Amino acid sequence: MRAERAQAGSASPDAAEGRIFHTSFPARPQAVREALRAAVARFARLMSADEAGTFELILAEILNNVVEHSYQDAGEGTVTLSIVQDRRGLSCSISDDGVPLPEDCLRRVLPDDPGRPRPDNLPEGGFGWFLIHDLAEELGYQRDANRNLLAFRLPLCPQKENA
Amino acid sequence: MNLSAETRSGVLIVHVEEERLDAAIAIRFKDQIRELTSSATSRVILDLSQVTFLDSSGLGALVAIMKALAPKRQLELAGLTPNVEKVFRLTRMDSVFPIHGDLSQLASGDVRHAG
Repeated sequence: MRAERAQAGSASPDAAEGRIFHTSFPARPQAVREALRAAVARFARLMSADEAGTFELILAEILNNVVEHSYQDAGEGTVTLSIVQDRRGLSCSISDDGVPLPEDCLRRVLPDDPGRPRPDNLPEGGFGWFLIHDLAEELGYQRDANRNLLAFRLPLCPQKENA
Repeated sequence: MNLSAETRSGVLIVHVEEERLDAAIAIRFKDQIRELTSSATSRVILDLSQVTFLDSSGLGALVAIMKALAPKRQLELAGLTPNVEKVFRLTRMDSVFPIHGDLSQLASGDVRHAG
């Protein structure tokens, strides 16, 4: 069994290699930083600087939310981040075993939504989900067997380097 | 957390020598800036030209600093890189901070290192 798997792995210069990014890490700010760095580095050649900034910002807001809210009672937990590259861009999923995501976070928000933090009130928070909704496409959420699964897509324009 | 401060023509300028203002650093950043600006009398300009990534936690820290300095002292920002500028634009917080291009036009003063 082990030999078969090893053989399958080594025999295939798999086309999927490099197109799939998968990592699990502790729900802590420093670990989020490292995961973001690794994810951006993996797909950097496919993206413009602007797309890379958007990609990192969406992921950061989602992962920071998990760190801050998902494991409130347990105090610690694991986050899993998976990213798959296809012809149109990147599909990302983030999962954790924490408390369910409040429905409010998933409500589709319009540019004039009254729930948006108003700049003149000098808000110190509440921006995260609005940034996620503004920047991510096909944002979806599923609660399944005590697990949160959040997924989104980021379309990318073809880059010259992407031969 | 690397910050350095200098005074130019009575304006306290703090250079943020970090690539990221994010959730991992936001609270420390807020505390250190608050300490560093405690003696400021009027304007404080944060030089963000080395910051390439800002998330909503970093933005919240900047708002908290602005509120802590008000009403006597004003927080201004300079040297926003493209991804940082985008966060200000998307959240429309570019309407509440005075934002400058870069600081090169201001004469250099004495620089002291602040950790």
